[in-house]
Amino acid sequence: MSKRIIIDPVTRIEGHAKISIFLDDAGNVSDAEFHVVEFRGFEKFCEGRPYTEMPGITQRICGICPVSHTLASAKAGDALMAVNIPPAADKLRRLLNLGQIIQSHALSFFHLSAPDFLLGWDTAPAQRNVFGLIAANKELARAGIRLRQFGQEIIQVLGDKKIHPAWAVPGGVRSALSDEGRAKIRAWLPEAFATTKVAFELWKKTMETHQREIQIFGNFPSLFMGLVAADGTWEHHGGKLRFTDSSGSIIADRLDALNYLDFIGESVQGNSYLKSPYYKPLGFPAGIYRVGPLARLNICQQMGVPQADAELKKFKKLGHGAVTSSFLYHYARLIEILACIEYVERYMDDPELSSDYLRADAGINNLRAVGVSEAPRGTLFHDYTVDRNGLLQKVNLIVATGQNNLAMNQTVAQIARHYVRGNEIPEPMLNRVEHGIRCYDPCLSCSTHAVGQMPLRVQLIAPDGSVLNEAMRG
Amino acid sequence: MAVKTLTIDGRPITAEEGATVLQAATEAGIKIPTLCHLEGVYDVGACRLCIVEITGTTKLLPACTTKVSEGMEVQTQTERLRNYRRMILELLFAERNHVCAVCVSNGHCELQTLAYSQGMEHIRYDYTFPKWNVDTTHRLFGMDHNRCVLCTRCVRACWHIEGAGTKNIAGRGATSKIITDLNQPWGDSDSCTECGKCVMACPTGALFQKGSTVGEMVHDRDKLEFIVTAREKKQWVAAD
Repeated sequence: MSKRIIIDPVTRIEGHAKISIFLDDAGNVSDAEFHVVEFRGFEKFCEGRPYTEMPGITQRICGICPVSHTLASAKAGDALMAVNIPPAADKLRRLLNLGQIIQSHALSFFHLSAPDFLLGWDTAPAQRNVFGLIAANKELARAGIRLRQFGQEIIQVLGDKKIHPAWAVPGGVRSALSDEGRAKIRAWLPEAFATTKVAFELWKKTMETHQREIQIFGNFPSLFMGLVAADGTWEHHGGKLRFTDSSGSIIADRLDALNYLDFIGESVQGNSYLKSPYYKPLGFPAGIYRVGPLARLNICQQMGVPQADAELKKFKKLGHGAVTSSFLYHYARLIEILACIEYVERYMDDPELSSDYLRADAGINNLRAVGVSEAPRGTLFHDYTVDRNGLLQKVNLIVATGQNNLAMNQTVAQIARHYVRGNEIPEPMLNRVEHGIRCYDPCLSCSTHAVGQMPLRVQLIAPDGSVLNEAMRG
Repeated sequence: MAVKTLTIDGRPITAEEGATVLQAATEAGIKIPTLCHLEGVYDVGACRLCIVEITGTTKLLPACTTKVSEGMEVQTQTERLRNYRRMILELLFAERNHVCAVCVSNGHCELQTLAYSQGMEHIRYDYTFPKWNVDTTHRLFGMDHNRCVLCTRCVRACWHIEGAGTKNIAGRGATSKIITDLNQPWGDSDSCTECGKCVMACPTGALFQKGSTVGEMVHDRDKLEFIVTAREKKQWVAAD
């Protein structure tokens, strides 16, 4: 008789989710699904609000990556007004996003994922967390926490708050980088570089000991999408969209976010509040694509900063054309942290960031606009339709985690096939399945446009819906 | 002018005949919380936050519209008053959609400041979540009825300082609404002079300058009093 194992909720991710693993009559895994079980409703209740409030409202979607939403929203606002924002404002927004990527990636790597591969899959769950990491390697844990703090400080220096800064606005930004703020960021740079160096050393060792994980944690062909600069340099805020396939070939390039509906379809599944976007020309589900650090590094030719470029060369050698293992999201995340710190360093010598010309002004000149920005987890779209007075008529948000939904399903199924046999639910097996999700650093608060603690529930369910076995922790 | 003597919170006070309890208290440095009161325009006693206890009457009376009288004994800070003030604030919050975190007036809002100062920690009443629209048809200003407390400060500023008579109030009870001219979009108003005094007068983020983002709307309320004082004292008329 075929059965279903449910992991509910999934732990050490941002939001509420569960995993269902379907077993066939022989007790082998036939399929797996990742369900997001929270619902937010932002797209609906924003209707009727002025577009100028949207960077403030939509960033409340998330406490981890509010900056990503506020930036995508501000960009959509720029496009509704049809203005070019002052150059200093663009640079300042970029600096904010760099801070955001550093803090979010540091959180993902040190707090959420590293306990698995540094402490070991089979460590008791009570130790397999950031506190266990502190007990095992105090200095490393401290450095990781401090690195996250560095990113948050950048956000606070610019926007006056670490979370939900009311700073990026349609037309530009509200304030410049202060001399005091500049000095503070500059002073922190050596420590940030040093932590990154330690993290790379650790990661290199992890790769040597985790070849099996690289092979089976979400290693499959798919498309990759993200923003990239005109010359193929890594992007996080500007540029145009590019799709590449798993051989590394560009299959679509210089795509304008405004026309995303032409190339991205959204499939709705009955078992999850998370929609599944796919590359339209290939249809559903063949149009599976991944976004985020792995995708951004796959689609770009260079990072544009020396140290990260050296790492990118090593990274690219891990694949034939494209790097296809989702376990290597962690590596890509580290390379991006390094690149971000290098870019931050560069900005510290740019006097323009102190400019007082920061905000363009205009009325409504377009009734529809799409703001796109690279969130830590991948490409984020804010699609607004307004009336002549700038009140929202329609809102569509496509977030990174949603775009990785299909890939997360495949990853979970792939891991489960290797580790799940029969009715038993061994805890380390569950953790490996969950880690498949953590590779993507999903943000479910964002993707369903809640926050909470997540104990873990696993159910083994027969086709008739009866629970055959159940395990619980947390 | 005759002078009246009274006590406020046990303190002996003198005030001019015709002065309100609020004026007498303010003069004496005693703070009574207010919301619909605005320096420069007459008082209407709409919000009831300035309620005080007066010996000899069981009714709570608004300090802003109650005139001082000889021998009056006024209490401004009793437990009963504090409870009622908190209740009034909670009802105001429950009545419309006040979302401070994303409001243009966050940090500069009289309603928010009052809630903090009066110890409003939560709201005991069910939110009514009414459906109100935002009027951004005006070239310069916007009106968000979700944030309106119906204090009518904007109406009084428009009629009695600017003299345009654009703003008015329509409807009954909680469904009352600030309207422009004959309940038409603000942008279609013939009478509006675009002076912005209503925006300066607003205690919350209901009236705002278009383009304002979170916490950016700072109402320059002192300017209204400045204009009125200058006019009444003829400060701008050259002395012959």
